[in-house]
Amino acid sequence: MEFFFIFVAIVLTQNFVLHYFLGICPFLGVSDEMEGAFGMGIATTFVMTLTAIITWNINTFILKAFNVEFLEYVSFILVIASLVQLVEMFLKKYLPELYETLGIYLPLITTNCAVLGLALFMVLREYNFLESAIFGFGAGVGFTLALVIMAGIRGELNEEDIPKPFRGTAITLLVAGLLALAFMGFSGLVPT
Amino acid sequence: MGDFVRGLWKENPVFVQVLGMCPTLAVTTSLINGLSMGLATTFVLVASGLAISSLRKVIPDQVRIASFMIIISSFVTVVKLLFEAHIPTISSQLGPYLPLIVTNCIILGRQEAFASKKPVGRSLLDAIGMGVGFALALVVLGGVREFFYQGTIGGFQVLGTWYKSMVIMVMPAGAFISLSLLVALFQRISGRK
Repeated sequence: MEFFFIFVAIVLTQNFVLHYFLGICPFLGVSDEMEGAFGMGIATTFVMTLTAIITWNINTFILKAFNVEFLEYVSFILVIASLVQLVEMFLKKYLPELYETLGIYLPLITTNCAVLGLALFMVLREYNFLESAIFGFGAGVGFTLALVIMAGIRGELNEEDIPKPFRGTAITLLVAGLLALAFMGFSGLVPT
Repeated sequence: MGDFVRGLWKENPVFVQVLGMCPTLAVTTSLINGLSMGLATTFVLVASGLAISSLRKVIPDQVRIASFMIIISSFVTVVKLLFEAHIPTISSQLGPYLPLIVTNCIILGRQEAFASKKPVGRSLLDAIGMGVGFALALVVLGGVREFFYQGTIGGFQVLGTWYKSMVIMVMPAGAFISLSLLVALFQRISGRK
């Protein structure tokens, strides 16, 4: 049950984008194409799950074991950057079709604060290995959900006559605000 | 001088370039929090700008992003330790958003666009300008949210006790909506688009 609650919390009640403001850049910059948003979401989920698994091991067996926790940020960001690079090379070689679809999104993931945020939250909450893996996967699913919803709404917005100062960033932020409000409706789903 | 002023208004990182949104939205529940985050980011921006600008001829082009990230995250570690030691309450309020300065796109963006190509003096001015512009935006957003939340600014009571606190302002939805209105106002004033 506990694992299930971690998953539901991170996807719905404490969505990374709409509750913790992580991964806002790709969220605001997402195009109005559902397919692109979905591709970006899948690529990020993949990297996030792997990040959770690897950083947990690094944190437990290297940083904590040798008492060098002050290296946390440096080592995490290195892991993420190299992980993204590895995933890119792996896909290019073995799954060229998938690479064609996801390729352009991959380099952007390194600077997606949701990935580093995930690792930091994981350490802060002292999750065990399995919890971390579920947390990472759930965070990715939640990110994908927010991204796809946003892409859908932007598609609709294109047809509307928006007041001049609101065009672009402002209207997107306003939509995000309303989405965050809507997601607040999920609170209570998970006992705290 | 142009290097300094640019970041304040014309290329304000928050209102115009829409960069560094995570900390902008997450920590601006009060003016003080916004200010601390703004100053911390400015410090990292200036320190890594100086380091990278001085090392710009030494860092090989192929591994520059990785090198930038290491330099930036080292300075963030310095800030985090300083905050923990001297202002522990603010440090715990900012929580994981303080280390998340590492992935603040403004910092990597300025290194890539400016510090790695320009001499030290100009990079310093650029970093200070961008940092102050970012801090100003955070202070304004934090001030507005705090004011509407409980009628105080920077902890001082501005409105009387009759003011009922508006909890939505410190919740995520309030952050998005306030920033949206501020961006729209900024665009209106500067007459862009």
